Amino acid sequence: MTKDIKIKSVRKKIASLDKRKARGGWLFVLPFIIGFALIYLPIVVDSIYYTFCNVKIGGATEFAKGEMFVNYKAVFTGSDFVETLIKGLTNMLFEIPMILMFSLFMAVLLNQKMAGRAAFRAIFFIPVILSTGIMETIGQSDILLETMEGAEGGVEGGASEESSSSQIVSSMDVENLFANMSVGQGLVEYVAQAINNIYDIANRSGVQMLIFLSGLQSISPAIYESVQIDGASAWETFWKITFPMISPMILVNAIYTIIDSFTAGSNVVMRYIDQYKAESSEINGEIIASAMAWVYFLIVLAIVGIFAAIFSAFVFYQKKD
Amino acid sequence: MNAQNIDNRPKELKNNKRKIRVEFERAPLKERLKAKFLSMYFVKKVVWYIFRLVLLIGVSYIVLFPFFSKIAGSFMLPDDFVDATVRLIPKKFSTDTYSAIWKENSYFEAFSNTLFLSATCAIIQTFICCFVAYGLAKFKFKGRGLVFIAVIFTLAIPHKTLEFSMFSKFIDFDVLGIFKFLNGGGWEIFGKTIIKESPDIIPSAASGFWSKIHEGGGISMRNTYWPFVILSLGGLAFKNGLYIFMLRQFFKGVPDELEESAYIDGSGIMRTFFTIILPLSIPMLITVFLFSFSWQWTDTFYTGLFVPDSSRKEGLMLLKDVATIPGTLEAQYSTHEGYNMFSTAVKNTAGIMIIAPLVVMYLFCQRYLVQGIERSGLTAD
Repeated sequence: MTKDIKIKSVRKKIASLDKRKARGGWLFVLPFIIGFALIYLPIVVDSIYYTFCNVKIGGATEFAKGEMFVNYKAVFTGSDFVETLIKGLTNMLFEIPMILMFSLFMAVLLNQKMAGRAAFRAIFFIPVILSTGIMETIGQSDILLETMEGAEGGVEGGASEESSSSQIVSSMDVENLFANMSVGQGLVEYVAQAINNIYDIANRSGVQMLIFLSGLQSISPAIYESVQIDGASAWETFWKITFPMISPMILVNAIYTIIDSFTAGSNVVMRYIDQYKAESSEINGEIIASAMAWVYFLIVLAIVGIFAAIFSAFVFYQKKD
Repeated sequence: MNAQNIDNRPKELKNNKRKIRVEFERAPLKERLKAKFLSMYFVKKVVWYIFRLVLLIGVSYIVLFPFFSKIAGSFMLPDDFVDATVRLIPKKFSTDTYSAIWKENSYFEAFSNTLFLSATCAIIQTFICCFVAYGLAKFKFKGRGLVFIAVIFTLAIPHKTLEFSMFSKFIDFDVLGIFKFLNGGGWEIFGKTIIKESPDIIPSAASGFWSKIHEGGGISMRNTYWPFVILSLGGLAFKNGLYIFMLRQFFKGVPDELEESAYIDGSGIMRTFFTIILPLSIPMLITVFLFSFSWQWTDTFYTGLFVPDSSRKEGLMLLKDVATIPGTLEAQYSTHEGYNMFSTAVKNTAGIMIIAPLVVMYLFCQRYLVQGIERSGLTAD
């Protein structure tokens, strides 16, 4: 009888400690919860609500009764949105593997011990800090770089490529190089385009490089030592050790890259939406533009979900004990 | 047998407490060099070294070249852009663009305003994100997963989607109808009127902050720093989700034993956080501060939304407004042949002047950036 009571009281004490810790947790996340519930959520709800509204002549908005989806209809029928969307998504499919491969490769390089590593790291992270926002805005109207480069590369390469502001290597050379190795036209074009866009890619893979680097740092050196003793070559070490160990990072980075590239202002679809907002003659123009943004967001979210679901099956997690 | 062994063993030349010099038979120098430098291992190493160096220098060049060309262009006059013989080094070296931007675009004022805004926001964001991340990483409570999903949601939603409603939120700022209530407009919540009329508590003719209040409505925060501060306080500003995510991963890597021992010694949750966890995470905090400061510094979306160009007269000049072409330069050179390119170069010059303070800061902080990331031990679980 007395034993029972003792156990009960002990349990009660443990529960209260848990409770106290839980309260502490709430205390810490409180600023975010207040902000999210009182400011962010109303903004999001408003934004969704607006897409079901009509603009009246005075500029006020009114819920479109009976024809709730009038703006969404306009999105899919009255514009080139679908075409732009498909173009934007294919662009994304093309860019993401490239950014991932580039940043992984560079992170592996920068992780090795060598002279001047700190200097190279500093240079590689410059775009993260400097090439966003205002520099991007200025750069979009920047023809200076193109013309300066165009003097030599313009003749054969053609400086009409819209996204790459500088053509450092002529894509023709690369195509010539690959022409003799029958690897297929598609691959040749992919590589050529990758080289044309190298500036863009280097600029956009800064955060990814940081994430990969930290992932590489967290792999225990003992593993490398043991495979070295077993006689593994560098190639084998990369594919059997580094790659599986870094695979969770690849998933994180892929998702981050998708989100980053579709929220960026330089994105094709985002630019189209901006343009539509500025130029549309319809009364509902602004609302249709934000309906477009929501459709785009949902599609990208679906892609991220599918991608994460498929890819997470291949991700290797080291059991920690 | 034994005697032979003794004869063959290395002779001791010198022997004292610290050093032993021995003479023993070595392969000739030639053989040794051969073995060292003509092996496959060495060749591989050298080839890899050169390949790596070329690659790194190449990519560094790609990253840095735009900055070089912008700096070069900033010292040029329109004539240099037409001249085919001029590439990176101008014939007539001039600093006209710099002085024009400094004087006419009131660079210094914009600089100090932006410095104030960025520093305030970055400090608030760093601490709020730190708080939230610590709560998410170290405490188990109901709804933790939900809060984390909300964080990721704020990161994933493109801010352009919310542009319109965010603007109308802060142009007529109100939380649960409280400001409207205080202003005598009744209490309305979620579209339902609860109280029709309320006492007019705030004097309508008051000066200062309250004078911005609409009649019977919320507060207009246009052309003020308040939208940025409010968003920062809630951890909702630009890319704050990323900071929270990064810091959460970092705190997850901090061993629990540290806090447990502090708790046992009688330290409370808050005291443990401030005296043990915060000092521990300084490199990471500097990293987040660097990110938030420089992203706020170069931001054009939020500043363009809340502090539009027209606010220059009201004294709220930000760095984004500097990137225009000064009047005197336009008057002086607009008839010149290379003016088109010159105007771009002027904008680029403004860009250089905008990011110059960031470069200085980066040079001092990049050590911490790399350190912070290395120590974060980001893992995906």
